[in-house]
Amino acid sequence: MPTPTTPEPASEHGAFFRAWDWRRALSPTGNFGDAVFRAVLFCCALLLLVIVGLMFVEIGSSARLSIEEFGLSFLTGRDWDPIQGEFGALPFVYGTVVSSLLALLLAVPISLGIAVFLVEQAPRHLARPLAFLVELLAAIPSVVYGLWGIFVLAPFLREYVEPPLQRWLGWLPFFQGTVTGIGLFTGGVILAIMVTPIITAVVRDVLAAVPVSQREAALALGATKWETTRIVLANGAPGIAGAIILGLGRAVGETMAVTMVIGNRPEISLSLFEPSYTIASVIANEFTEATGDLYLSALVELGLVLFLVTFVINGAARLLVWSVTRGTSGVARA
Amino acid sequence: MSGRTMKPTMGRGGAGRRVVNALMSTLTAACAFIGVALLLLILGYIAWQGVSSLSLQFLIDTPKPVGEGGGIGNAILGTLVLLALASVIGLPLGIAAGVYLSEFGRGWFAGIVRFVADTLTGIPSIVTGVFVYTLIVLPMKQFSALAGGVALGIIMIPIVTRTTEEMLRLVPSSLREGALALGAPQWRVTTGVVLPAAASGIATGAMLAVARVSGETAPLLFTAFGSRFFNIYLDQPIASLTVQIFNYAVSPYDEWHAQAWAATLVLMTLILVINVSVRFLTRKKF
Repeated sequence: MPTPTTPEPASEHGAFFRAWDWRRALSPTGNFGDAVFRAVLFCCALLLLVIVGLMFVEIGSSARLSIEEFGLSFLTGRDWDPIQGEFGALPFVYGTVVSSLLALLLAVPISLGIAVFLVEQAPRHLARPLAFLVELLAAIPSVVYGLWGIFVLAPFLREYVEPPLQRWLGWLPFFQGTVTGIGLFTGGVILAIMVTPIITAVVRDVLAAVPVSQREAALALGATKWETTRIVLANGAPGIAGAIILGLGRAVGETMAVTMVIGNRPEISLSLFEPSYTIASVIANEFTEATGDLYLSALVELGLVLFLVTFVINGAARLLVWSVTRGTSGVARA
Repeated sequence: MSGRTMKPTMGRGGAGRRVVNALMSTLTAACAFIGVALLLLILGYIAWQGVSSLSLQFLIDTPKPVGEGGGIGNAILGTLVLLALASVIGLPLGIAAGVYLSEFGRGWFAGIVRFVADTLTGIPSIVTGVFVYTLIVLPMKQFSALAGGVALGIIMIPIVTRTTEEMLRLVPSSLREGALALGAPQWRVTTGVVLPAAASGIATGAMLAVARVSGETAPLLFTAFGSRFFNIYLDQPIASLTVQIFNYAVSPYDEWHAQAWAATLVLMTLILVINVSVRFLTRKKF
């Protein structure tokens, strides 16, 4: 496409320089303002990649002391004793994994139920306000969930939920020990409440992306509403898996609410009623009190672990969700 | 069953299928009911607990030792300072990146940026806190409002980027084509036609991003840190509502617990007002 600003080449040299014309490389329209405009916007987009790269480098280099000192035994060591200079992160890894899985166990059925109700069953005039109310659950800050967890949820679970669980299922190692209301179980329940709106929102997008023709075909063949829903769910399965993994990523990194109800004791216990500790919680609690370079470096390494794990989890989840919604999922809500 | 039936769906286990259908309908409705009930329980409890400690004095006073009252004036100011700083950093960068993705983002590079932005929104905010600590607090050898604002700004960028892109995509391409056909260069088309057309959408996205970071606590614990005094200097530690709520909630004093509920009521009012008004602003358009 010839442009008026580019002169005709007079020689071989001219042709060479025209081929490398930086203005054309930057802007197909050959307008100087456009070139600058595009370059500035490009830099802002590039900044997102720079931030992620810088995060990795900064956190990684601050964690180097601890990485060199402990190597892989950092993640397998069971003792966390800053005074003795022992830094084993296994209790935190255990607490994070168990509380997150417990949260998913509780949140996934409820989230799927809500999403199916909103997309497949509720009349439209009811579905929209209900969806808004469920999304508002995600607008409540973590620290507010924590406050509510300490003064409402933990006493409630201690009085009305944990004793019956112990009475009926006490023969399982998970439900033995003293009932205090503060521990892994309460942490899992509060995480479940917090990830429910996130999983619900993404599953709603996924279900809405399944073509209407699938439903019409099923209904035309005589399927009931529920049988139709099962077909829709099967069609959106990769996206639903993505939504669940997205919820897992959120649960793994959730900090304040868990810190306030999980008990903050670095011990590994099979019982869900015992106090525990998560990676995010120990960073939140001990970071400002860390004395000594090694202690601080060990905490930063925990941050690095959290960063890498959540990055992989979220990346995988996005790819799964995109495979169903073709990249149009309502990211801002999640 | 006879060979020709008027109701094929009743051929095998018809009643059973209808029972299952009704059961699942009830169950999913129950799930929705649980979700909404939880929200109302939590919000109702905050309002009930918060109102009893709320007073004008509480809103303008600084924290005091147990038994002497005190308030959250400096925390309210601190939160506003931090949000302003975060907006100054996060909004222009996020909007610009969103414009790039929407107007120029067709190649592999834009795909990567989109993916990284989405992934970045899922990174725990405490990791952002650790990052800003190593980036700003360590070199400055001091907790500061600047560090807290940068941390919140970094959290805002990917959110604003993606909402801006989605809003710009709603602008019909005929508007762009019309302006280009009149001879306007691309940058004039984008800034003069496309952005104004999507302005209200971008503004609501920005408001939601501000609401989202206003509730963040974890990234402020070791960046802005907290303070018992009024402060507007960016190189000094600064108080915030969320950190104040956390410190009071985990304290052993009933009086501070009551103050935590009152501060929570203030914070939730801010967040709910933004969310509900955005809801009503966007309902007409989309």
